[in-house]
Amino acid sequence: MRLNRLAQLAAFAAAGVASTAALAEGTVNVYTYRQPELIKPVLDAFTKETGIATQVLFLDKGLEERIASEGENSPADVIMTVDISRLTAAKEKGITQPLVDDVVNKNISAEYRDPEGHWFGLTKRARVIYASKDRVTQTEITYAELADPKWKGKICMRSGQHDYNLALFSAAIDHWGPEKTEEWMKGLKANLAKKPDGGDRPQAGAIAAGECDIAIGNTYYVGLMRNNEKDPKDKQWGNAINVLFPTFTETGGTHVNVSGAALAKHAPNKDNAVKLIEFLSGHEAQQIYAEKNYEYPVEPGLEPSSTVKEFGELKADTLSLADIAKNRKAASEMVDRVGLDDGPSS
Amino acid sequence: MDDPHADRRPPAQRLVHPWLLCIAILIAGIVLLPVISLATVALTGSGEDWPHLIRNVLPGATTTTLGLLAMVAVGTAVAGVISAWLVVAFDFPFRRTMSWALVLPLAVPPYLAAYAFAEFFHYSGPVQSLVRAVFGFETIRDYWFPDVRSTGGAALVLTSVLYPYVYLTTRVVLLMQGRNIGDVARTLGARPAKVFLRVLLPVTRPAIIAGVALVLMETINDIGASEYLGVRTLTFAVYSTWLNRGSLEGGAQVALIILVLVFALLMLEQHSRKRQRFHNSRGTQIKAHHPRIPLHGRRGWTALGVTLSPVLLGFGIPLFVFGQYASRRIEQFATPELGAAFLTSVATSAVTAVLTVSLALVLVNAVRVARSGGMTALVRLASVGYALPGGILGLGLILVLTRFDNGLDALMRVEFGVSTGLLVSGSAAAVILGCTIRFLALAEGAVRSGLDKLPPHLDEAARSLGKSPTASATTVLLPLLKPAILTALVLVFVDTVKELSATILLRPFGFGTLATYVYEQASRGAPEDGAAAALVIILTAMAPVILLSGALMRDREASM
Repeated sequence: MRLNRLAQLAAFAAAGVASTAALAEGTVNVYTYRQPELIKPVLDAFTKETGIATQVLFLDKGLEERIASEGENSPADVIMTVDISRLTAAKEKGITQPLVDDVVNKNISAEYRDPEGHWFGLTKRARVIYASKDRVTQTEITYAELADPKWKGKICMRSGQHDYNLALFSAAIDHWGPEKTEEWMKGLKANLAKKPDGGDRPQAGAIAAGECDIAIGNTYYVGLMRNNEKDPKDKQWGNAINVLFPTFTETGGTHVNVSGAALAKHAPNKDNAVKLIEFLSGHEAQQIYAEKNYEYPVEPGLEPSSTVKEFGELKADTLSLADIAKNRKAASEMVDRVGLDDGPSS
Repeated sequence: MDDPHADRRPPAQRLVHPWLLCIAILIAGIVLLPVISLATVALTGSGEDWPHLIRNVLPGATTTTLGLLAMVAVGTAVAGVISAWLVVAFDFPFRRTMSWALVLPLAVPPYLAAYAFAEFFHYSGPVQSLVRAVFGFETIRDYWFPDVRSTGGAALVLTSVLYPYVYLTTRVVLLMQGRNIGDVARTLGARPAKVFLRVLLPVTRPAIIAGVALVLMETINDIGASEYLGVRTLTFAVYSTWLNRGSLEGGAQVALIILVLVFALLMLEQHSRKRQRFHNSRGTQIKAHHPRIPLHGRRGWTALGVTLSPVLLGFGIPLFVFGQYASRRIEQFATPELGAAFLTSVATSAVTAVLTVSLALVLVNAVRVARSGGMTALVRLASVGYALPGGILGLGLILVLTRFDNGLDALMRVEFGVSTGLLVSGSAAAVILGCTIRFLALAEGAVRSGLDKLPPHLDEAARSLGKSPTASATTVLLPLLKPAILTALVLVFVDTVKELSATILLRPFGFGTLATYVYEQASRGAPEDGAAAALVIILTAMAPVILLSGALMRDREASM
């Protein structure tokens, strides 16, 4: 709607914000939960190839609510976020539209996208065990083992209410059922070395300091730490640990979550938005993700970065992402009920 | 009507300014919009979250919150009052420097302080490294060290950066009243400690409570520091109910519990003000020169040490930690994004400060003129935005603004065939409005206490000489209020520079402040990468804080 855009332009100008790029032709507006720094290399490559400018609005809490309340006037074209629950929540809130696109469907295998085309996984991140190189001799571990008393006082983790842990617990609920999972979570709590806090990276720091022997964390942080040329401390943390790939069952795989994208329901620049999603699923973008962010590409056959390959072979759990998302509320309530975030003592 | 001076003012003023009252009511209404919007959301909730909340969340979260509040209240009161007393009543080495340096921690956002403390006291940080070197420990298992990542640690962090509120309010009262009362007591033979406990403490109590009330509201709305340090407060419960269990309604309901807590605080604060009489009818009394008690030798250095320690904690540690990181990333200072973020922050904060203080002046004047309980209550109510967690306030506001924008858009399309789009919610106006609503209480409090300090018969004299209320307000009161207005401007400016959670939710495309810039860098799990921006925030907020100290000196002269 031309008039709409003109009026918006006037409104922006009136408010003192020359936000013209958003309204010119040849733009795509991205609302993202992902940090701009992380997606910038990929978006820059997109602009270079297509000439379409990107505008990024980063917000983590309330992204879905904001788009929903903006309604038809929302400037959002593409929504980018991490964690499967947030992608499905966007779909449930009705702020996405289905996209059936041959290019995208060819690039992303079916288990990493919504059957109806409301969201697409772009990278995989495995939730693994960081194990002290000095003090842990085991080379294999199961998730169930985290509740084994032999680890008493030796495990560190971030808040159980964090997206990454909630998705892991949701997967556990699906595999083991709620009762067994709750028993397991109590065991995990009893094994904690201290109260859960901080991000995944400080857990590696705690291992390096000798506060704990193992921790739960995502793979790409290890890549980021080991390749950090700015901080010797980061390198030291990254190199103090081994990455172990735990499984739920003897023969199963490691819990994997995704970061992904969705086409906004009222996308004003829909054509460009589709081009962006196609690009993000394509070879070049997938390679950038793999090399710069140390994430696993969703593109079948594309190798992860050399740092990530050193971790060993990732065998992903076959549980569907949609199933994981369904258990999120139950998992969050379980964390409260067990008092996981209170730490080992109480 | 609760005002102790009410009966001394000419009743005729009551009828004069209907437009002023209308504007005041309008302002209060706008300020209350996000709260009303949240309450509406809360009411649509089914209450299905409550069995879980009551059983598993609220008892712990309430205990943690109250514990944190109690510790921060005691901590800031002790640090603020003792340092204020020392710089006002005694003379010791570097006293003048300390009297303004004590305000510096205000420039440090709590979320940055939390990160800096965690790093500073971490196993690999300078403190524990020193401990190990001195005692020859090998690993963390050889010794015990208190953990910053705890409720006590969070209380220490918040105390270190928030005590200046208490220091500021207490110092003003001590300067204005304390010394001459203290002198009387001293001439009667009381020792300084006794003077402090028996005479000064009771006199300054309302000011201490007013300062502590501000501190506690900041503590309640904090999410960054406590979340980072693993402290599960009620505010954390709001977010986990909303985001992790997908219940915005439940989250809003928990937010309303927080509001009840805030109302209790506001009532406490208001109660304390009833007894507060800053003004002195005979200015000459305080004008007399009061020599400070000199502290020599060991006692002088002890006084310096006591006043220096809160500054070292609240300002020194963050400056040290971020300075060290930034020094390894000098190139970050040259990025165009940082420059843009700096300009945006300064511009937004300046506009917000001017707007907020103007609105506060209208409100305070309306209360003074109307002298009705209703008006006072309305203005009190308008203060709650200060204690609402920023993200929650931002969400409440965005729901209202988009409704307004979409309604206007639909109307304009039908009537004129023109689309206005997201007029307010899609522009920087939303951010400025959000910060204005959030910090109005701060500006209002500063302006009001300035007005309270003036003898009420000043403008009565002007009125009796035939000036209109407006003229007497602008020609007599406004110039005298200048220090208070400057204080209000600086406080709002500094808090807007630091503001993060409302800004991040309300901002339009291409709008980044220093705080959002740091957050974008830091939330990737590597806050060091935002060190340059963090340092720029601290320095940007520091300049007006120093200005504020200058203003306080003038404030003292102006009110003498």
